[in-house]
Amino acid sequence: MKFAVIVFPGSNCDTDMYHAVKDELGSEVEYVWHDASDLSGFDGILLPGGFSYGDYLRSGAIAQFSNVMSEVVKAAKEGKPVLGVCNGFQILLETGLLPGAMRRNESLKFICQPEELVVVNDQTLFTSQYEKGEVISVPVAHGEGNYYCDEETLKTLKENNQIVFTYAKNPNGSVEDIAGITNKEGNVLGMMPHPERAVDELLGSKDGLKLFQSIVKSWRERYVAAT
Amino acid sequence: MYKVKVYVTLRESVLDPQGKAVMHSLHKMGQSEVEDVRIGKYLELTLQKGDYDLDEKIVSMCSKLLSNPVIEDYRYEVEEVVAQ
Repeated sequence: MKFAVIVFPGSNCDTDMYHAVKDELGSEVEYVWHDASDLSGFDGILLPGGFSYGDYLRSGAIAQFSNVMSEVVKAAKEGKPVLGVCNGFQILLETGLLPGAMRRNESLKFICQPEELVVVNDQTLFTSQYEKGEVISVPVAHGEGNYYCDEETLKTLKENNQIVFTYAKNPNGSVEDIAGITNKEGNVLGMMPHPERAVDELLGSKDGLKLFQSIVKSWRERYVAAT
Repeated sequence: MYKVKVYVTLRESVLDPQGKAVMHSLHKMGQSEVEDVRIGKYLELTLQKGDYDLDEKIVSMCSKLLSNPVIEDYRYEVEEVVAQ
């Protein structure tokens, strides 16, 4: 399985993401610059954290019109796994691949600390290696991670089991403690916490590794087992 | 040429923690009459005249990029200006 780490001007977690996939997960991975116009050679798309385009206008707003984003949308429609972490999540929201929007943290502070997350849905291609209700430790690092959606959208998210991770102790004011959601189809996941920073005990936690292992397992079951 | 002034604000239903912080600060200044503060953005666009529907164009720009309709509202004013 081959992953693409999309790099925008201002991305700064691309190296962490690359390291997690290549060295800890042991999969093939390449950096892909934001002006790329073909992602057909990749099986999984990773949008890393950072401050794409300096967070000008709104976090993730400018990135949605990058050349590569129409390819990311295409990959998502084809059912390929797409993971957006932190700024990557913000970009997925701005692009409309996921519902809702991000507001400034309630405290107005940039929060950078480990958070306990509850695995709400273990039936997605991103979370099959976790148990439902499992509490995992994954760090957050954001100033705008205060997830917002209207009542109607929240109802839909719940009905379709799109809420994947919630905070055990809400650090930022997110609606319903939401830390990560998928699209309706379940192949696009956006989350504010950084699983790629929790892939080795040396980093304080390796709870994020199972997320990447889940993606590979799902891909193998779909493509390798069939041949 | 047109000068388009766009005002982007958080929707009424969305809490504005930044505005709240500024309001508290104003209260500390002694401005106790201030009941609410909402912080927004102001953008000025200069557009060439042409064969297009100006309102349609502005709405498209505002709803797709300049504001995020999930949490923000916008309004705009248009002025005709002479090219320099």
